[in-house]
Amino acid sequence: MNIVLQYILLIVIMLFTLTTVAAWLIWLERRMLAVWQDRYGPNRAGPFGLLIVAADTIKLLFKEDWIPPFADKSIFVIAPAIVAGAVLMSFVVVPFAPGILIADLDIGLLFFLAMSSLGVYSIVLGGWASNNKYSLLGALRGASQMISYEVFMGLSLMGVVMITGSFRLTDIVLAQQDYWFILTQPVAFVIFMIAGIAETHRLPFDIPEAESELVAGFHSEYSGMKFGMFFIGEYLGITLISAMVVTIFFGGWLGPGFLPPLVWFTGKTFIFILFFILLRASLPRPRYDQLMEFGWKILLPLALVNLLITGGIVLLMNS
Amino acid sequence: MEVGFYITAGVTIISTLLVITRHNPVHALLYLIISLLSLAIIFFLLGAPFAALLEVIIYAGAIMVLFIFVVMLLNLGQQTAQQEKAWLKGKVWIGPAILSTILFGQLFYLLPVAQMQAEMPAVDAKVVAISLFKHYVIGVEMAAMLLMAGVVGAAHIGQHKKVVLHRFLREGEEQL
Amino acid sequence: MISLLRTIALTFMHIFKKPVTIQYPEEKIVLHPRWRGRIVLTRDPDMAERCVGCYLCAAACPVDCISLQATQDEDGRRYPEFFRINFSRCIFCGYCEEACPTYAIQLIPDFEMAEYNRQNLVYEKEDLLIDSQGKYPGYNYYRVAGVDAGVKGKGEGVNEEKPIDVHSLLP
Repeated sequence: MNIVLQYILLIVIMLFTLTTVAAWLIWLERRMLAVWQDRYGPNRAGPFGLLIVAADTIKLLFKEDWIPPFADKSIFVIAPAIVAGAVLMSFVVVPFAPGILIADLDIGLLFFLAMSSLGVYSIVLGGWASNNKYSLLGALRGASQMISYEVFMGLSLMGVVMITGSFRLTDIVLAQQDYWFILTQPVAFVIFMIAGIAETHRLPFDIPEAESELVAGFHSEYSGMKFGMFFIGEYLGITLISAMVVTIFFGGWLGPGFLPPLVWFTGKTFIFILFFILLRASLPRPRYDQLMEFGWKILLPLALVNLLITGGIVLLMNS
Repeated sequence: MEVGFYITAGVTIISTLLVITRHNPVHALLYLIISLLSLAIIFFLLGAPFAALLEVIIYAGAIMVLFIFVVMLLNLGQQTAQQEKAWLKGKVWIGPAILSTILFGQLFYLLPVAQMQAEMPAVDAKVVAISLFKHYVIGVEMAAMLLMAGVVGAAHIGQHKKVVLHRFLREGEEQL
Repeated sequence: MISLLRTIALTFMHIFKKPVTIQYPEEKIVLHPRWRGRIVLTRDPDMAERCVGCYLCAAACPVDCISLQATQDEDGRRYPEFFRINFSRCIFCGYCEEACPTYAIQLIPDFEMAEYNRQNLVYEKEDLLIDSQGKYPGYNYYRVAGVDAGVKGKGEGVNEEKPIDVHSLLP
């Protein structure tokens, strides 16, 4: 019973931390975007504008929670919950530090891929249930984009799995004691990063919500806390992809001993979150067909070649 | 473990029945997704986590999305929507919500337990790979050929020769 | 590919630049002296009203936000009985200032005139009149004008000739 209680405590702490982090990320993103555009950003509410998160939350909670009469109400309500749920489920397998992880599954990597593939549903169903042209277009784009980029995401990680010989994320981290996998798998890292941006539909690839073409894409009709769930889901997605990049390619919690493992992990993750925001500040959005062409004609062959070469080298080393 | 299996099996059967009885195709597909997810849980219970997650990734994550994609594109129109509304009264979403909550609870219970139980030989990726590429290698080859044919066919259908001509030049082209 | 990386690097380097934002309520913006802001009515060096009620500003105003009524005192000096500017219509174009023959109406560099109540944006003469000569110090219209309005007699101006006696035939 004790171990179950411990798990529940860990899960509650994790949930609380993750949602709080996702909320502060909104502040961080606005602040960093402002810095990169020579502005100040939100700096009025509280010290450094930190309380803007509280103001935003209160605003979202008190907004009219409107369900359009032409929408499919049941699916309309479920859709925003799916994205946050799927991303939070993925955090089950992320090894934050030795001892601080919920489940050390021996198929952890696949579990992450499975949960991120379930995240597509929130976009598809949300867009469809809104019963609105722009939402439907956003949903179509989102579905095809996310399904396509899942393929490269999975393929790029298989090289690391070959080297480690395990899907368990702890094994992958421990296999990087001598050197990080970014040194042996740089191509895989680039592909995973690009696929990760597309998977979280973050800004260079925010084609499902492209506000200059489709009003707000799949969440045009959402308001109040339902919209907030999509928002939180997006920021949780950034955190998840950053954490996975750190775990798989940058040695997870490993680092020189003068800092505790958890600090190393969060520090590295933070750098990648900042990189996500930097991408948003600097890159323009590609056209939809350009994105698909780039994925299927460049990333897929690249991932396959990387897989082939990695496999060959692993075979040579073992024989 | 057996209790878990019976609960999951019950969820699978109920959700599959609901797939058939729903009038709204998207709602039916949602139940089908839940049915596939609970099937994955059964795989998990039987000690085949690799197969379970492949079920989630491929069936629930990719194929069902394409199904919904197609249903979305069909655009069933205002009249069918009215008809469906007449048929579908009440809170339809309560069903999938409760069923998936049960599944979630089970998963929540299983995750810590899964590491402790070692008596059942787990069918992991390696075992699946060896059986695929040793015993069933001909089957895999055949499936690969079939898929290749499908890909080539799709590429052929999707191909369209681009004629980039200004509209003034197009008439001259026809005369030639 | 290279250009994308260059873009990212260039954007990153902006982390070392100073923000160009002016933190407005704490840090005031420096306005130029001829900035067109709030409209005022100025006074001449003797602290009398400059406005002579000629209606040229009201005529020049493209949005018709100025209304006034001219009247005279016992000396024959013209002044506005009321002078009203509706700032909720004013577009701060400065045409009234250009039209004014006596430098009475002027636009000054001040824009902090927001109100919660729309009616408060209708400024009366008391609100418009300031105890200053504005941008043209030392100018007094009645000192150079040919009329006697209590400021100086006819023909007593600096470069002014005596009035012609129309009843005399002498040159």
